[in-house]
Amino acid sequence: MIPALTLLLMCQLAGEVIARGLGLSVPGPVIGMGLIVALFLAMPRVAEAVRPAAAVLLGNLSLLFVPAGVGIVGHLDRLGAQGVAILTAIVVSTVLAMVVGALVFVAVARLVGQQDG
Amino acid sequence: MAEFTDIWSYLSQGPLLWLTATLVAYGAGDALFRASGRKPYVNPVLIAVVLLGAVLWGTGTSYATYFEGAQFVHFMLGPATVALAVPLYGNLARVRATAVPMLAALVAGSVTAIVSAVGIAWALGVRGETLVSLAPKSATAPVALGISEALGGSPTLTAVLVILTGVTGAIVATPLLNALRVRDWRARGFAVGVAAHGIGTARAFQVNETAGAFAGIGMGLNAFLTALIAPVVIAWLV
Repeated sequence: MIPALTLLLMCQLAGEVIARGLGLSVPGPVIGMGLIVALFLAMPRVAEAVRPAAAVLLGNLSLLFVPAGVGIVGHLDRLGAQGVAILTAIVVSTVLAMVVGALVFVAVARLVGQQDG
Repeated sequence: MAEFTDIWSYLSQGPLLWLTATLVAYGAGDALFRASGRKPYVNPVLIAVVLLGAVLWGTGTSYATYFEGAQFVHFMLGPATVALAVPLYGNLARVRATAVPMLAALVAGSVTAIVSAVGIAWALGVRGETLVSLAPKSATAPVALGISEALGGSPTLTAVLVILTGVTGAIVATPLLNALRVRDWRARGFAVGVAAHGIGTARAFQVNETAGAFAGIGMGLNAFLTALIAPVVIAWLV
């Protein structure tokens, strides 16, 4: 658990250094995710070693959103004034993204002959 | 014996009380979610946020004080984002086998999610920080918060918008995709993962194993792509 967590933190740290160093707007942890995928490809054994710790973190992922979510108490006035606009944007865009994503997948799969198998 | 108010004023300023409260509130939300038979609209995060918000409001505690304790949970979002590499790597063979339709659907779905959310909100009069906070809402929460912060949005507002997006996606997915007559479980799952991240992925796993695996891949890839596209859309519109 501790070596796995250390590796995850080291990749996050390297990601942060790259993001800040190059002035990228990609979050450091996302770069860290890319780095660790590259590491897994080079050394598949490492992926096996990280798997249990990753399963614990990802299995409880929704808990980790709670502290940021509670920050809503500071935005209630904004949501009161613009709540309808924000909710409309969320619902319509989520439906659109799902429709477009699914239809494009099916259409392109048919086009390149990668049928459901 | 110390007065209750003395104990309260000691505890309410330290991290222990609010860290414990966060776990208790989430435990309560999760228990309700399970008791409901895992209905997508009984979302444990939403329940925990409402409970904690009510407690903070009732006790006159500031968010800054609450966050002193809750930051230990919040911090784990970083390593959790890195850990998303594990399921992504585990599905790499599948990603390669379906690479072309997957990449096409990823780009189309991700661009649609960002542009339509920002465009609709802009047309309805939303501007500034709120608009920026909306852009990464289809990405998984740890990534969305990072993007929002990097672009000058409000991470706390983004957190709530991400959760609302996930709950919306989880509720509409099955009726919507049935109405469209999409029968390919790979397409269904992938689209749900791209549009509605982890909450959508959890829903997809309840419906079909293949859909769940592809939703997880869609979520992971969209985390990358949203980090690349959202800054462009924001620079163009705001």
